[in-house]
Amino acid sequence: MNPKLIIDATDFAAALLFILGLKRMSSPVTARSGIVVAGWGVLVATLASFLEAFGVSPLAQPHLGLNLTLGIAALLIGVSWAWWSGERVAMTAMPQMVALYNGMGGGAAACIAAVELASPEASLPSRVAIALVGALIGAASLSGSLTAWAKLDGKINKTLYLPGQQAINGLVLAATVVLGVLVVSNGGGTGLVAAFFVGALVYGVLTTLPIGGADMPVVVSLYNAFTGLAVGIEGYVLQKPVLVIAGVVVGAAGTLLTLVMARAMNRSVANVLFSRFGATTSAGTSTVQGTMKPAEASDAAVNMRYAGKVLIIPGYGLAVAQAQYKLYEFVKLLQAAGVEVKFAVHPVAGRMPGHMDVLLAEAGVPYDMMHELEEINEEFENTDVALVIGANDVVNPAARTDKTSPIYGMPILNADHARQVYVIKRGQGKGYSGVENELFFADNCNMVYGDAQAVLVKFIAAVKELGQ
Amino acid sequence: METTLVGFIALYIVMLAAFTGIEIISRVPAILHTPLMSGSNFVHGIVVVGALYALLNAATPAQQVVGFIGVLLGAGNAAGGYVVTKRMLAMFKASR
Repeated sequence: MNPKLIIDATDFAAALLFILGLKRMSSPVTARSGIVVAGWGVLVATLASFLEAFGVSPLAQPHLGLNLTLGIAALLIGVSWAWWSGERVAMTAMPQMVALYNGMGGGAAACIAAVELASPEASLPSRVAIALVGALIGAASLSGSLTAWAKLDGKINKTLYLPGQQAINGLVLAATVVLGVLVVSNGGGTGLVAAFFVGALVYGVLTTLPIGGADMPVVVSLYNAFTGLAVGIEGYVLQKPVLVIAGVVVGAAGTLLTLVMARAMNRSVANVLFSRFGATTSAGTSTVQGTMKPAEASDAAVNMRYAGKVLIIPGYGLAVAQAQYKLYEFVKLLQAAGVEVKFAVHPVAGRMPGHMDVLLAEAGVPYDMMHELEEINEEFENTDVALVIGANDVVNPAARTDKTSPIYGMPILNADHARQVYVIKRGQGKGYSGVENELFFADNCNMVYGDAQAVLVKFIAAVKELGQ
Repeated sequence: METTLVGFIALYIVMLAAFTGIEIISRVPAILHTPLMSGSNFVHGIVVVGALYALLNAATPAQQVVGFIGVLLGAGNAAGGYVVTKRMLAMFKASR
């Protein structure tokens, strides 16, 4: 059979499997089979792509043996490293791992562009220009994702912000685009192409460095969309429809998810990327009345044990303390005592979209106990205890009332509407936004100070002491 | 190089694929946002197929080096995205 026909057929099958697989991922019941379906798509298309060896360009013909060896070696090394690292990464470290794998995809797209730009067939100016656009997005996604990875992983723990950062970023981008235009008009040139890639890589790093931790859900999702777009564009350059379809589907889905994340913070994507949070807005003018009232862990635990209904609001502090297992152990004790317990998850809690749900699922919390903001927010009215663990801005009532607050307008979980609120918190510090949280000073709120893991251990001991 | 994606045909594909992507994600509940993001991260790992194509058609040492890196990165994207997505989805269980 004609090798080209087999490749086209497997590419078509892969595109179909991707769409079917992603569709299955929209429900927790079918999601597990979804990734397997999509997995077959990539596997089959990758194996079939070796048939390209039968139709390589005459210039590449003498190198075919070496190229095949290199291809197999790169596949084996890449797959085994990623498989090994993916199997052993902790769920708490998932945001940086997803960012890392995503950056690699952007890098691969940029490499495709580089190889194509160096081949004499790519002389058509329009095709060179399109390859460069994909290369710019892919390379910026690579270096940006790597920067996000380093920040999330604690390898860079400073939020670097130079004076005139936006002007510098703009200049780097403009210079990179000018280099791209020169590459198109000169029809290539190794030095120019190399300078172009350096510019794109530097731009990705500079844009990501100033972005703070709590904005990461938007950034991680945005770079995922960027890589998809870059893959789609290079698919056009290579005349490979499956890359175009997969890339554009992911690019569109990722863009929408990014917008959903930004909306959950009541900010625009541009605002997340180009302005430091709290730096460009006033930190709120209203002065908070009252004092924070501490509570003993054992008292809080006993109150929850005798409550009718408890809603738990997890935040990034839960991930930092790795307290998800202890939390579910405590929840099971409450349930055994007849307390109704639900989790109220804010869309941007954590460092990537849906981060808290993954952590809770890891600890064994069934997904029907996890509730989205819209569906649970009314329930705080008739809730006895709201337990806030390592979350801050997402429960700050100033978002509803204080027009001068930088978080004004952000949808929040109405923890303050519960009869009693307990907040597990390490100290008296402010949230990511730099705003005081009125909730912590409210009459119905008590603070349980300490590391989430340690506090939950005390909770568990206190409830166990009471017996059933 | 054979051209299959000519002018408007490519634009039609892009348009339909974009709508497909939006349709797929707009129905996903928030609890699955991470696996979905990670799953779509895996899907763009198909870039490895393009990188292999580029490497097999490499004619100079420079192209071979860059092509090798491209396949390496693409393979890492695909395999890593698959493993972490599968691991995360395996944890999502309904209550008994």
